[in-house]
Amino acid sequence: MSPGAGTRQGWGFVAPALLWTAAFFAAPFALMVWLSLSRLEGRAVVPGPGLDNYVRFFTEPSLLRGLVVSLEITAVVTVVSVALAYPLAAIIAFRVPKRWQRAVLVLAILPFWTSYVVRSYAWLLVLGQGGVVNAALMGLGITDAPLQLSATRLATVTGFVHFFVMLLTLTIYANLVQLSPNYARAAADLGAGRVATFVHVILPLTLPGVVTGAFLTFVLCMGDYITPQILGGNTELTLPQLIMMQLGRRGDFPMASAMAVILMAVVSLAYLACARWLRVERT
Amino acid sequence: MTLRSRAVMASTALAGLALAAPAAAQSLNALVWCDHADPELIRPFEEAHGVRVNLREYEGTAAGLAILDQSRPGDWDVLVIDAVDVGRAVDLGLLAPLPADALPTGDFFPDLVMEDLNTRDGQVFAVTEKFGYNTVSFNRAAVDADAMADMNSLFSGDFTGRIAIYDYYLPVLGMLALNEGIATADLDAEALERLRGPLMALRAEARLVGEVVASQTALATGEVDIVVGGGEWLTAVLAEENPDLDWTIPEQGALLWAQSIAVLADSANPDLALEFVKYIVSPEGQARLATSSCYWGMPANAAAAGHLSDEERAILRWDQQPEFLARAQRYPVPDADLDAAMQDLWIDMLQQ
Repeated sequence: MSPGAGTRQGWGFVAPALLWTAAFFAAPFALMVWLSLSRLEGRAVVPGPGLDNYVRFFTEPSLLRGLVVSLEITAVVTVVSVALAYPLAAIIAFRVPKRWQRAVLVLAILPFWTSYVVRSYAWLLVLGQGGVVNAALMGLGITDAPLQLSATRLATVTGFVHFFVMLLTLTIYANLVQLSPNYARAAADLGAGRVATFVHVILPLTLPGVVTGAFLTFVLCMGDYITPQILGGNTELTLPQLIMMQLGRRGDFPMASAMAVILMAVVSLAYLACARWLRVERT
Repeated sequence: MTLRSRAVMASTALAGLALAAPAAAQSLNALVWCDHADPELIRPFEEAHGVRVNLREYEGTAAGLAILDQSRPGDWDVLVIDAVDVGRAVDLGLLAPLPADALPTGDFFPDLVMEDLNTRDGQVFAVTEKFGYNTVSFNRAAVDADAMADMNSLFSGDFTGRIAIYDYYLPVLGMLALNEGIATADLDAEALERLRGPLMALRAEARLVGEVVASQTALATGEVDIVVGGGEWLTAVLAEENPDLDWTIPEQGALLWAQSIAVLADSANPDLALEFVKYIVSPEGQARLATSSCYWGMPANAAAAGHLSDEERAILRWDQQPEFLARAQRYPVPDADLDAAMQDLWIDMLQQ
């Protein structure tokens, strides 16, 4: 086979994926960017290019706050989810007998076979005034009156963490089970204790899995609309909620597009940060 | 069964399907509010006309207009819309004229004919189908009903953390305007700024700002005891479960909401669409719409009374309607700029 034929064959293999990406990602994205440079006057979209929507977003405190709220919630959710998922994954990988590991993982993800919306409403009832948490707190005499747990940022974070801990557990578990036990044995032979072995050997080797899971958490959490809408009680608006308001109430597609581009830029920055970090680790 | 008889049966079945196809293909596409999605309301029409009614629910006129913008001409046959927004839809050329003599408006509550909203230059473009009030819903077991007679009590500090605000800027801003002595028809940009303080103060007293389901759930579960912007549409469906859930119109007044139904100008099935409109405003259709599983509300057609039980009429407070109507004002009808300013203020409140 000539080198030219090999190249053509290669293009033939990637062409469907390229066409798919061009048709269903690149073209709609370009359209969205163009729309974000237009503006709404009355009910009519006035074509751009102009930066009115971006200027408005970064100068109106209520809109900019949506981005800040999203970043704050996402940061907390990512950190808490990793902190909970890592030990859980480690227990499943290292403490649970091999023959039970699959069953334990299935049990762990069983709640996620239910609808995402139903789960969020279920949390609303758990965290509500007469919910399980408040009943337990008052039953144990820890509080006299029910605490406001629902319709708060805490409720939103709880709903997110419930979901993402499982996602991260699967990602980290997949990394942990691939580690040869010889790494830990070699570290022990060289005099490292359990903590030193974990910090200097196990953790660095599993960081790619952790970062991959954390990045997925970041992306999904930043873009989620349902959880903050149901559990947050509109006590503060995240960026996706603001985007939905532009679409659903104003029909302001240019402004919604600008916000979506900003959301995408934030996610892209997060990706670049992760990708760069991973590359450094591998050298 | 022989192979031949199976083949004959299969052919017969296919022929049957082919014959049935045109009937099954006849359908009506309606852009509606959630109360129209009740099968008890839609099924009788489908059975009577041998058609299928496809429903898409939406909330808020802007959302409905956006859906129409994104649709092809002929995609939709029927539109349910806020009565105060019928004029916007007429201006956009979206609505088809309706034959006035085909509509039973003679049986309507006079205040609900709303000719000034549903008619343009003597031509009817829509017909009112249901109405009610955005006012104050509350739990009688937890809140003194007398306190709810004065809107100012919401700001007294007695109910801090026990209030939900219905997440729709028009009725809530309208209610705050009434409390400030501003008629909803006089609400302009200047008057709107006067509402900023009261809105933020109300937010400070509230536990949450929620759409229909969230507000209803919060009231039903005891999360809150008061819903500002609520009304019979919020509590009536819960009356059987908890008779303490009530609503009242404070002395400052309330907002009258009314929804209209219309045929779209580019409907592919204008005759069927008109039949649907006639069914919805008929006494039977009105009774079913009034007690829809999504939310209850008063039927515009007073003749529906004969199709409602005494208990249902009591829950709807049928006999008190003349007094309520006298104390209620219509929704504000903002132009595009004022609407944007109202929504900006609402977002400011949510982000407070």
